[in-house]
Amino acid sequence: MTWLIQFFQTSIGKKFLMAVTGIMLVFFLITHLAGNLMLFGGAEMFNNYVLSLRSIKPLIRIAEVVLVLIFICHIFSGIQVTLENRKAKPQPYRVSPGSSTSKFYSRTMAVSGSVIFIFLVFHLQTFWWSFQKKQGNDTGFYEIVVNSSVGYKNPAIALFYIIALLLLAIHLRHGFQSAFQTFGLGESRYKGAIEKVSVLFWLIIPLGFVSIPLYFGFIK
Amino acid sequence: MKITVQAWRQNHRNAEGRFESYSVDNVSEDMSFFEMLDMLNNQLILEGKDPISFDHDCREGICGTCGVMINGRAHGPLSGTTSCQLHMRSFKDGDVLIVEPWRAAAFPVIRDLVVDRKGFDRIMEAGGYVSVSTGGVPDANTLPVSKKNADLSFDAAACIGCGACVAACKNSSAMLFVGAKVSQYALLPQGQVERASRAKNMVKQMDTEGFGNCTNTSACEVECPKEISIVNIARLNREFVRASF
Ligand code: HEM
Ligand code: SF4
Ligand code: FES
Repeated sequence: MTWLIQFFQTSIGKKFLMAVTGIMLVFFLITHLAGNLMLFGGAEMFNNYVLSLRSIKPLIRIAEVVLVLIFICHIFSGIQVTLENRKAKPQPYRVSPGSSTSKFYSRTMAVSGSVIFIFLVFHLQTFWWSFQKKQGNDTGFYEIVVNSSVGYKNPAIALFYIIALLLLAIHLRHGFQSAFQTFGLGESRYKGAIEKVSVLFWLIIPLGFVSIPLYFGFIK
Repeated sequence: MKITVQAWRQNHRNAEGRFESYSVDNVSEDMSFFEMLDMLNNQLILEGKDPISFDHDCREGICGTCGVMINGRAHGPLSGTTSCQLHMRSFKDGDVLIVEPWRAAAFPVIRDLVVDRKGFDRIMEAGGYVSVSTGGVPDANTLPVSKKNADLSFDAAACIGCGACVAACKNSSAMLFVGAKVSQYALLPQGQVERASRAKNMVKQMDTEGFGNCTNTSACEVECPKEISIVNIARLNREFVRASF
């Protein structure tokens, strides 16, 4: 165990933890999106989907605990790395090279991550918590998500979701490939494949999420 | 041409630094950037002022002693070029050049544009060597090295230890330097004896020195005068994980 703790205390170890947890979160996004797209099937379909998750509640609870642990590790190492890096560069240059030496999305991971975090707290407090309050075979999940004051019918809420999800896309634009570089695979013969697959994760999946507040908030 | 130089002036390690502006006339475009600074320094000496201190030695891009930030770019605007190999033809009449020392907690300023890069030496002491057998010169080809590995190792060995990677990195990470050094040995049979301990000890020393954590922005690769690739950072990550588990 001590060797593992020692590993995670090194600069490469911290990055490794962030990359492993980041990729796990990306896989969570796939399952989350698949469920959310049921909203397009109408109230009955979505409510039945949520009820079906209820029937496997113990499993869902375990998944939630694991997910929280993953988030904590990711955020904790993210904060640690960011603070250490600030300390390592105490004095900035008078002239900034801007985007001539690096991409903006690679320099703003802490910013995009922080907005995602604020979004996450809001998202859980409204949707997740309201869902928890429903007992037995109570439905009305669709109503909460679409028509309530915290749902997508409220254009301010829909807009907030869209902005946060676009920041998620920006976070993953760098994060997905960065994780593979951290694993030591980024610049290998797999580079082309990783680049192609990354489009699915940083662009297509976040746009899939965006489609929901966009449709229910501004089109429907 | 006429050039305005705004240079960082700092008398010693703990002194407060500041920018000072100087005007240099009759700069020829065939001069190197350092020859222009030499000219400015002569001018300052004639005026009874302190010349600007800057590090340089070979002035032919091979020793790694030189290195300054020019208008926000490590070693100036050209890619694959050290500060000493930069010529004034890269600038035009009337240009303002803001010249700053490498900035990093691990590279404290000693004076003006000169920084203390001993952190790199200590990283090298921690593992940048190989064990050799003493005795006569071995016969040729007793240690076969594939062409591919010889080339990759040679590419990594091109690192001159200038520190531009640290300077350019927003995190002051030394991963490109350490990646190059670890790769250079890990790819050759001579480097196998210390392969695991080297990766561990050099990374440990790098962390101790206060260099930041790599976040893969790849600014280092863009600014490296020897065009060391971040392939070497990926290899360092692999070597380190391999050595740790
Ligand atoms: C809860 C809010 C989040 C915060 C505060 C956060 C923060 C961070 C930070 C600071 C980094 C380091 C970036 C760098 O290398 O410069 C990072 C990397 C990363 N994040 Fe997040 N993040 C969050 C959510 C997410 C989510 C939801 C995902 C995926 C679905 C994700 C995936 C990744 C990936 C793949 C990396 C790359 C790891 C690497 O560079 O090796 N993050 N995150
Ligand atoms: S990797 Fe490049 S920039 Fe870094 S020290 Fe070596 S030569 Fe200089
Ligand atoms: S002075 Fe030797 S590399 Fe520039």
